[in-house]
Amino acid sequence: MDSSTEADHGAASADDAAVAGAPEKASAAEPGPRGRRGPGAERSVPAWRRSLRPYLLVVPALLLTGGILYPFGLGLYYTVFDFAASKPQPDLVGLENYRRIFTDSSFWDSAWVTVLYAVGAAVVETVLGVAVALLLHRSTLVGRVLEKVLILPLMIAPVIAAIIWKLMLQPSVGVVNHLLRPFGLGGVQWTDTPTGALLSSIAVDVWVYTPFVAILALAGLRSLPASPFEAAAVDGASWWFTFRKLTMPMLWPYVLVAVIFRFMDSLKVFDIIYALTEGGPGDSTVVLQIRAYLEAIRFQRYSFGLSYMIVLWAVVYLAAMVLVRYLGRIQNRAAEVPK
Amino acid sequence: MDMHGKLGHDRRRFLALTAAASSVPLLSACGAGFGGGDGKSDGSAADDVTGSFDWRRHQGTTVKALLNKHPYTDALIAELGTFTEKTGIKVEYDVFPEDNYFDKLTVDLSSGRASYDIFMLGAYMVWQYGPPGWLEDLGPWMRNESATGAEWDQNDFLPSLLEGTRWSLKAGAPLGRGGQYALPWGWEANVVAYNTEVFDKLGLRPAESFDELRELAGTIKRKAPGAGFDGMYGVAVRGSRSWATIHPGFMTMFSRYGLKDFTVDGESLKPAMNSPEAIGFTRDWAEMVKKGGPPSWTSYTWYQCSSDLGAKKAGMLFDADTAAYFQAVKGASPAAGNIAFHPGPKGPDGSLATNMWIWSLGMNAKSGKKSAAWLFLQWATGKEHLRKGAIEYNHIDPVRRSVSDDAAYRNKMKELPGFIETFEAVQDQTRIQFTPQEQFFDATTSWASALQEIYGGKSAGPVLNGLADDLAPKVG
Repeated sequence: MDSSTEADHGAASADDAAVAGAPEKASAAEPGPRGRRGPGAERSVPAWRRSLRPYLLVVPALLLTGGILYPFGLGLYYTVFDFAASKPQPDLVGLENYRRIFTDSSFWDSAWVTVLYAVGAAVVETVLGVAVALLLHRSTLVGRVLEKVLILPLMIAPVIAAIIWKLMLQPSVGVVNHLLRPFGLGGVQWTDTPTGALLSSIAVDVWVYTPFVAILALAGLRSLPASPFEAAAVDGASWWFTFRKLTMPMLWPYVLVAVIFRFMDSLKVFDIIYALTEGGPGDSTVVLQIRAYLEAIRFQRYSFGLSYMIVLWAVVYLAAMVLVRYLGRIQNRAAEVPK
Repeated sequence: MDMHGKLGHDRRRFLALTAAASSVPLLSACGAGFGGGDGKSDGSAADDVTGSFDWRRHQGTTVKALLNKHPYTDALIAELGTFTEKTGIKVEYDVFPEDNYFDKLTVDLSSGRASYDIFMLGAYMVWQYGPPGWLEDLGPWMRNESATGAEWDQNDFLPSLLEGTRWSLKAGAPLGRGGQYALPWGWEANVVAYNTEVFDKLGLRPAESFDELRELAGTIKRKAPGAGFDGMYGVAVRGSRSWATIHPGFMTMFSRYGLKDFTVDGESLKPAMNSPEAIGFTRDWAEMVKKGGPPSWTSYTWYQCSSDLGAKKAGMLFDADTAAYFQAVKGASPAAGNIAFHPGPKGPDGSLATNMWIWSLGMNAKSGKKSAAWLFLQWATGKEHLRKGAIEYNHIDPVRRSVSDDAAYRNKMKELPGFIETFEAVQDQTRIQFTPQEQFFDATTSWASALQEIYGGKSAGPVLNGLADDLAPKVG
């Protein structure tokens, strides 16, 4: 027998003996070793206090749950009224606000723009993020330097990033058109057309959040086991084959976590678009969050604005549920041991 | 004893009790009504002020002000020491840039708190903040001789400005009747300012009609870059998707054509921005911007318009006279010394109807220090401060006759070519040209959005008809 194991067993037995022999000596007033109260002290605690403990342990969770649910419930409650600054004593209108939303073409326009934005941003950020992670994973000195630079956009508030890009995309004095001028593309009106405004907004989102995807993907890459890749190398597999058959399937659960975060965040986008285009030109970049803000804050139709927010919440919740279930399936599949 | 069963039962009872306890505030909050309920009384706090008027009645008190970042504010802040010396009242203040200012103010007022006793607002905001009871009616304060010093002299204000901040809170009802919900503090007339250098070089003259203005804007954009004004375009006008795009040059020219935003039939309003004449005018305006306006027009606020004139990027500016003034004063910009003022194009019948913006000061109806706040309002809108602001600072376009007629003020403004003449030409026809109604911000933001769509190539008729259809049930 290994001597150290024997020693451990000996120590354990001594502890057990101490516990067994302790009841008479220990008391509630005398803390046990390392300040803990011994089992004797436990027995001297009145029964009503012992039975109260589980409930006390539940209190923080209850407070937290209440802190989340109370404002949400109140918001939901307001949506069945016609509460607005112009009507501080509102009438109960039931689901009228929701009916108005779903029968209003501008809601569907906003929903469409929101989906385009979220899908566009999430897809581009995923592709670029994985590509950047692969590059950094292979590089050495350059990789380490780029890693430091990569995190910079994440340190800038999105609204500030949007303002920086607004200046850079300014047609006459912006640096982007200045750089494009030698190629005959110096007059692009980046945010003056509906398509340009949406693409510019997505581009700013991509600039800010691609590093987030890249960092998660890079962490995933670094945690993958080396042996399958060594085996592939020994078998002479091409880079593309290895990427498709080994890297991506093993990396996908990590990337999917980033995709879920980015997709949900993009569905709720406000700051980038509002700072860059204010929802224009026309209504071309009025996503659901901006419409809710305009209704609730700018136009002070609180109930109607809140109804928009509840609808947006439902959309995000459903999307998250589907994606998280998919993530669970992917993770289970990745954890399966081949038979 | 079945401990498990007892605990299970207790746990259920505990959870039921907890749920009941936590629902109490929820239900009470719901029952308490919405957003800081009114609690307005019929009487005014002004009635509590009795005895002889005394500037030092509230010495030792502190009042809080919410201010917008503006040259007028700079003059006020610089002179706050004078107020404290005179009254013994301290003023604490927060200053926000205009982009966020009104959102901050709106959220604060709608919360029902009295975080700020006094704040800056525009006359249009009275239409939004007045009906929910957020603004103190200053009429009773003005009428109470115990609360108001004789030297304040209400009759010295330009009548149209006091009328512009007075309203009965009924949609479509004309201004000038009802409660005085703010006091005029500074105002702006929307006129044309132009770069004399480029006009001289290209042999141009200010436009006297809208047709001429459109032609002129296009000509400058085509010819100015070749004449040594690199990147210069014709006319700077606002274009962002905001209510602020509609009210300066656009609404001024719209009104000079005799057009209306809404028609009033009894107590109901009907959108009129889609009349055939309005559709034609809007199409022409968008065309002017395309041919002679700024690149990236859809993001243009007054800041960009103003700085483009100063940076010699714009040949003309059709906006608030102050937006040009801040660039025209000596040393303020590359174009300073070469900026002149003109009333702008006349309407077909010679109209110089001009829309105005009134920077005003208001009092929070929930303030607990109304009497001290009223002393501050009296001082800030009084002859002494406004005269000093106009002469020593950049608080121009005086709201008081005594200041605009003051020789020192006139001498100062004479340095700017055409300023006084323009001011005098439009003064009588300058008033708020919008129809007062609570949905003003929704209507004008949607109008700006429609204007952007027309600029983007959509047909003006269907876009404006769609706008009118959308607005009709909201305002009707």
